[in-house]
Amino acid sequence: MDSDLIVQILFAAVKTGTPLLFIALGEVICEKSGVLNLGQEGMMLMGAVVGFLAAYGTGSAGLGVLAAMIMGCIMSLIFAVLVLHLGANQVATGLALTIFGTGLSAFIGSGVVGQTIQGFQPIAIPLLSDIPFLGRILFSHDILVYTSFAMTFILMFVIYKTRIGLTLTAVGENPHAANAIGIKVLRVRYLAVMFGGVMAGISGAYMSLVYTPMWVENMTAGRGWIALALVVFASWRIGRIMLGAYLFGIASIMHLVLQGLGWSISPNLLAMLPYVATVIVMVIISADKFKEKLLAPRSLGKTFDPRQMA
Amino acid sequence: MKLKSVLIGLGLLAGASFVQAEDPLKVGFVYVGPVGDLGWSYEHDRGRKGIEEYFGDKVKTTYVENVPEGADAERVITQLAKAGNDLIFTTSFGFMNPTVKVAKRFPKVKFEHATGYKLSKNLGTYVLRTYEGRYISGVAAGMMTKTNTIGYIGSFPIPEVIRDINAAYMGAKSVNPDVKMKIVWANTWYDPGKETDAANALMDQGVDVMLQHTDSPAPLIAAEKRGLRAIGQASDQSKFAPNAHIFSVRDDWAPYYIKRVQAVMDGTWDSKDFWGGFQEDMLSLASINPNLPADVRAKIDATYTAINSGEFKPFTGPIKDNKGNIAVPANHSLTDQELAQVNWYVDGITDEIPR
Repeated sequence: MDSDLIVQILFAAVKTGTPLLFIALGEVICEKSGVLNLGQEGMMLMGAVVGFLAAYGTGSAGLGVLAAMIMGCIMSLIFAVLVLHLGANQVATGLALTIFGTGLSAFIGSGVVGQTIQGFQPIAIPLLSDIPFLGRILFSHDILVYTSFAMTFILMFVIYKTRIGLTLTAVGENPHAANAIGIKVLRVRYLAVMFGGVMAGISGAYMSLVYTPMWVENMTAGRGWIALALVVFASWRIGRIMLGAYLFGIASIMHLVLQGLGWSISPNLLAMLPYVATVIVMVIISADKFKEKLLAPRSLGKTFDPRQMA
Repeated sequence: MKLKSVLIGLGLLAGASFVQAEDPLKVGFVYVGPVGDLGWSYEHDRGRKGIEEYFGDKVKTTYVENVPEGADAERVITQLAKAGNDLIFTTSFGFMNPTVKVAKRFPKVKFEHATGYKLSKNLGTYVLRTYEGRYISGVAAGMMTKTNTIGYIGSFPIPEVIRDINAAYMGAKSVNPDVKMKIVWANTWYDPGKETDAANALMDQGVDVMLQHTDSPAPLIAAEKRGLRAIGQASDQSKFAPNAHIFSVRDDWAPYYIKRVQAVMDGTWDSKDFWGGFQEDMLSLASINPNLPADVRAKIDATYTAINSGEFKPFTGPIKDNKGNIAVPANHSLTDQELAQVNWYVDGITDEIPR
């Protein structure tokens, strides 16, 4: 392998990892507040189709992303009302949201199947893109990729350095204690779920506006589920999510690259790498009971009713 | 005795005509992808609509899309059979064993399985000679490539796909002796994201003309973005890549579907192994790009004419496989049965079929 090819593989890994990064960042905030939303795939698909429809109708990819964000937010609100307000089971509601989103997106998108749009064009950042190796890998993408970089660093700051982050963590770890000191638990969770929806919407828009600028049914092909695994893989840490997203990105294209180079490794074996990695991390995490408790938000998946005592 | 049998006969006739007037023939379809894939399943659905248009209310069609190949397929096919369908088309290679099983349990229902090779009394098969189109694709790709490297995205290493890879390579080699082919298996029929990844991985490695045996137009879009070339598969995919598109090899199932439905109506349906290509109007070259150089266009037309007239058959010996064995002896063209079992690469493909 020459260096040129390595650069191209890493460039592709960033591109492949970006939708995963967006959606996993949204999901980790959601989970940090103690809510497990398995509806990622559904929200992402709705974001993808609405983003495409808006971009197709207005001719502006930017408006497409905005529409996708709003759609993702609406989807997550449906989930939030059911789960937070009415106390529905989070796992079941999340699965329902995925099935709902998959079907509805296919329905409303059927009119634009086969249409094409001009998606976002790559913008090379001046100076930075001239850095050897890194410039091509990191700084010659489109605007959404840069947005994902920025989001990661903003979230790292907000979660680990600010009061907002502390509040969120408190709600996810012990909602009753948080409630007792006057934090509005449900409001925090609403906001966290909605943030997750917005990010899922952007992720969907990335798929239908940048990655493959078209709409076809079920085009996200399970990326919402990979993102859920990615959150566990990253053990709920923001920085690791970014790293994990690109690792998953590399793993998912590596089997294609190696085949082209004529390696005689079974493509099936290579294709399962991301999942094997997740299982291994799960095993490592759960081998140490103490560590496990430290990592996952303690109230994850549990319904919180402020009228009930812990 | 005579009177009785005449009466019964009359009764049956009356019954039969009554059935015909009241009950349309029910035809079921099972698709592996969404009907909106704009490739394989889309074309089968166009075939289904062709039946409806042709027969009007004499038929009632239903379809189930996005059916995974495997245990789920058996459930879906069983349901269609139970729902009273008289004729069921299962349209992907991976539906073969489930279809065989269900056909055994519903001896009165007629089944047709696309691209497979297992037949029984009430189960026929039908195959497109897509390799005819692939050969022309190879010719065009071999002439258009500047890097002498063609990329091919395979779905699964089954005879149908391997046969087409061979045909494409032989076509390319016939016009360009230095041509190389890079093959990548995506292990999916339909995943636009993965197909994009595969196309990009190939184009990163010097490929400048893309062929694919997966069903979405994603590889064409990827080629268009890079200013390279690609050929559409199964459906007319020109609008996805106005500049990159060379042509599409389009499937057209309606003529066959109409014939088979008619056969069931007439009571002449029998189980057989049907192969159709250009000659049967089941394949066509769609939207040949006007931006092709004149010599390429001329060669495409000439190859098409040769295959369409039956004068040239791509799998005619002597053909060696890439291990040095004689795969097709001289003066022999592979029969349909032999075509269904191609599990070797032709000489010159520097790769191995994954097992």
